[in-house]
Amino acid sequence: MAAESGAAPANAFVDIDRVSLRYGARGGDGTLALDGTSIRIEKGEFIAVVGPSGCGKSSLMKLVSGLQRPSAGQVAVAGSVVNGPLKIVGMAFQNATLLPWRTTLDNVLLPLEIVEPHASRYRQNRAQYVEGARALLEQVGLKGFEERYPWQLSGGMQQRSSLCRALIHEPALLMLDEPFAALDAFTREDLWGVLQTLWLAKRPTVILVTHDLREAVYLADTVYVMSARPGRVVSTTRVPFARPRTLDDTFKPEFIEITHHLRDQIAKVRNA
Amino acid sequence: MSDPRLLKLLPWIVLIGFFVAWEAVCRIFAVPVFILPAPTQIWAAFVQYFWPIMGHAWQTLMTTLVGFGIAVAFGLLLGIAVGSSRAVYEALYPLMVGFNAIPKVAVVPILIIWFGIGTVPAIITAFLISFFPIVVNVATGLATIEPELQDVLRSLGASKLQIIWKVGVPRAMPFFFAALKVAITLAFVGSVISETVASNSGVGYLMMAANANLNVPLVFAGLVVLAFLGVALYEVFAFLERRITFWATRGNDIVG
Repeated sequence: MAAESGAAPANAFVDIDRVSLRYGARGGDGTLALDGTSIRIEKGEFIAVVGPSGCGKSSLMKLVSGLQRPSAGQVAVAGSVVNGPLKIVGMAFQNATLLPWRTTLDNVLLPLEIVEPHASRYRQNRAQYVEGARALLEQVGLKGFEERYPWQLSGGMQQRSSLCRALIHEPALLMLDEPFAALDAFTREDLWGVLQTLWLAKRPTVILVTHDLREAVYLADTVYVMSARPGRVVSTTRVPFARPRTLDDTFKPEFIEITHHLRDQIAKVRNA
Repeated sequence: MSDPRLLKLLPWIVLIGFFVAWEAVCRIFAVPVFILPAPTQIWAAFVQYFWPIMGHAWQTLMTTLVGFGIAVAFGLLLGIAVGSSRAVYEALYPLMVGFNAIPKVAVVPILIIWFGIGTVPAIITAFLISFFPIVVNVATGLATIEPELQDVLRSLGASKLQIIWKVGVPRAMPFFFAALKVAITLAFVGSVISETVASNSGVGYLMMAANANLNVPLVFAGLVVLAFLGVALYEVFAFLERRITFWATRGNDIVG
């Protein structure tokens, strides 16, 4: 594939450069999921990608994490072109995808058993890692549930554990694919706050895929609106509000104005 | 109706009722002993031939367990290979299905040509008949890992082997244990078939010998011993399953 030559400028941590993705691409007539999408994300930036369903939001995440290769264009992360699965990524999905045979604590510890340099010193330093995992679980409000199994937890608690698992190895890049979509409204808003706190503590670069506009504006520095298939970026909106943001902020006129603006954008691409 | 104590007693009541009815039918209709012996007559034969029966039962048990043990090791390895590699799956599946379709009774004479009369063909028959469900179940458990979970692990830099070891194998365990319960029963069938066709020891042989002597109560005593061994082994694996893969049969105790 692409050579290492296409290094991104120093200020962009993730550089998605005119990327297209075609599924079933052998004959060239497969479904075009993404068409010339470009997004540049600074280090420590929190971006949200919103758009109608089927706009290739999830494909975008797979491209950035290196699980899928673009049909055209290239993705660079931390200055080098992505050629295979990155090893600095934390991921969470709509389903918590926890392992039912592991306790919540052991689920959170899973990445440390795999990611270097933690994996090779995991056995010696286990006590220290366990302490870290307990602290993280406490931060998301799961103190006392460490030894429970995931199936003994509610959906919101499972999603909190899933966030902890995505963050335990302090990834430079965090990918969230509609992580709160399956939760009720109150739990969802709770978790926005939890996620914001976690992000403010470590400042990873975050890509959040969502179809909830309030969620996008509450959490993100920049919101990208994508068009329906084939997906491409049709608008970029900066969210200027100071951190930490509160739920009350989401009912202020300037917040609602941005949300409305985004809604109009999406309405336009849906009718196009 | 759903009194829990009654539910626990129910299988025993049915079991005892079954034997009482059997006894009653034999006595009321004066069924000849060489057609259907009554439970009391079977019991008498069991007591009379207790030590020979125990000897043959031990032989059958050992044969079954050795054949089953080989099937578990082989089935687990092949199941992991088939479940984790598309190529291995495509290559081996038709062969395995075809092989499984062959009635194992038909294989026993060939085994006897190769290995002679005795324990070896019985072990091999037990193995042949019981490995297939293990392979299929383990492969299914591995092949149905959620793609999102694979993404999580791959984006951490996990190798294929790590994914199989950390997720695939534990995930396949409930499937594996479900297969073991079926396989242990099948292994029994396998070794008894082989003993029946050609052997000089084992419960299968004992029953054939008793049959030749028209000692029908002893034939039935052999059957009862087989049934008892089958239930006992099934329960052992059901117990292990509950202990090891309790998380797969999760309760409704949701918190919060």
